[in-house]
Amino acid sequence: MDILVCIKRIPDISGQITLDASGTDIDDAGLGHTTSAHEECAVELAIQTAAATGGTVTVLTVGPAEAVEQLRAAVAVGANDGILIEAEDPGAFGPEDIAQIIGDIVRDRAEQGQSFDLVLLGNDAADTGDFQVGIRLAYDLEYPVLTGIQTLTSSGGGAGSGGGSGSIEARGIGPAGTEVFALDLPAVIAIQEGGVDPRYPSITGRMKAKKARITEYVAPEPGTGNPRIGLELPPEKTSEVTILGEGPDAADALVDVLEEIGVIRS
Amino acid sequence: MTLVFVETDESGQVVLTSAEAVTFARTNADVLAGSTLDVAVIGALPDTATEQLAALGVETIHHLEHSDLEAYSAPAWAQALVDIAPETGTVLASGTPRGMELMAHVAVRTGSRMAANVVAADEEGLLRQVLGGTAFERLVLDGDLQVLTIAGHACTPEETTATSPEVLDYELDIAAEDLRTRVVRTEVHTVDGNDTSGLTQAKAVVGAGRGVGSENGFGEVLELVDHLGGALGVSRVVTGLGWRPHAEQVGQTGSRIAPDVYIACGISGAIQHMAGIEGAKTLIAINTDEESTMVQRADYAIIGDLHEVVGAVNEEIRNRRG
Repeated sequence: MDILVCIKRIPDISGQITLDASGTDIDDAGLGHTTSAHEECAVELAIQTAAATGGTVTVLTVGPAEAVEQLRAAVAVGANDGILIEAEDPGAFGPEDIAQIIGDIVRDRAEQGQSFDLVLLGNDAADTGDFQVGIRLAYDLEYPVLTGIQTLTSSGGGAGSGGGSGSIEARGIGPAGTEVFALDLPAVIAIQEGGVDPRYPSITGRMKAKKARITEYVAPEPGTGNPRIGLELPPEKTSEVTILGEGPDAADALVDVLEEIGVIRS
Repeated sequence: MTLVFVETDESGQVVLTSAEAVTFARTNADVLAGSTLDVAVIGALPDTATEQLAALGVETIHHLEHSDLEAYSAPAWAQALVDIAPETGTVLASGTPRGMELMAHVAVRTGSRMAANVVAADEEGLLRQVLGGTAFERLVLDGDLQVLTIAGHACTPEETTATSPEVLDYELDIAAEDLRTRVVRTEVHTVDGNDTSGLTQAKAVVGAGRGVGSENGFGEVLELVDHLGGALGVSRVVTGLGWRPHAEQVGQTGSRIAPDVYIACGISGAIQHMAGIEGAKTLIAINTDEESTMVQRADYAIIGDLHEVVGAVNEEIRNRRG
């Protein structure tokens, strides 16, 4: 099964964030970059599924030139090659634009003889949290789409089916339990963290990533654009903590608080 | 019209997050381009849900029931909503997994834009959470119809003068193509399982982080959970280490909770975790590091080793019970 995984370069926001001069984006000059947790799991599921079916994994991103780092990181853990659609200002693109760009690449690759059986994405990106690129892409491609999926089991199609045959079983968490879907391919599936543990790159993988084939395109001008007017940061919170004490001796005071709130079971 | 997709639970109650979304729609009616407050319920509509919606000020309940909608299929459910969606106004849902998925389908099918995780609306546009809740994006959705999801716990459900909502039932025509992604079976949650409802509905949540030390270090914390009749919530580090299942994870890629009290044991307070506990009414930290984010953001804190402190808290609760 040949799989395309769409990932995104995002700032690592484990520290304090500030806005840039325009007020429409964060200042990420001093921040590291990574991919979203959901996307790391999507890459892992793609690698496992491709391995089980004798297929391939291609990773794709729409982003700045530096996003090649995230593509190579995915290759280092097992993806075969990457596609960089270079956009100097990715923030100018709305979810409709990103879906359209990915859809065009999928069609273009199909014309060149590389049809993807499955397109995986993260459920949503950790920075914008739009939660719609996968669904918009599926409609653009006229593929079925699922979201919130945590595990995949190939149930047909096999090696190098080349887009369009076979099916896949997908499982995700619903309100009443684990929901199981059976989906004909090709399909788009958005992955939710929690079903698999992303692997760490091996030394061999890192070496392979340095030499990996990354095909580059230039993104078209945004069509619909981003509806963002600006970003705002919440007011800085000043600490108003009441220290109840230190160590076990403070237990009595804490139980008083819990009794006051009324949460201790009688 | 402002149309709110409402979810009900197994007992027929409107779920908390849907009550929040209805309240958001009612209290922001002047800027949501919808002069009436309508809701859509898919599946059974018990009297309890109707009474709750009346208390929330709903004017019309669109009741969508069909054998093809019994098993969840996002396109079919979304099309059912589209069939009653206004041409001008707002369609919204709470930012639950169902709400997010359905609104994205509705946005595509109506040729509309969508904003996820909205927390406020005013004359300047919408404000929504981004970067895991650490920043807000202000935006304007152009077009006649705007599609939104409301961030969990962005507002508190508020009852108003009770209405007598009109209930409209529909004859639906479900396209076969919209059933391609129908749930084929549901595996009911088991004790080790994937049930996040207890966590998101709990009045008291005890959080545990790396500070518990090992997979076997949850004894005191679980006893405290039991004393409070609450739920265990853990940090991403804990699930990443495989100590507890992902269903218990609280934070940006886990559950977002709004308990009366959250007791964070050995959790330093990473941004991603804090995003999940914003809705907690009272925050209590038990941590060895007085300077940690969690302690600084807490209402109350005890500085010390969580095993010693939680053990003593459990003992004190047992003693007071006699």
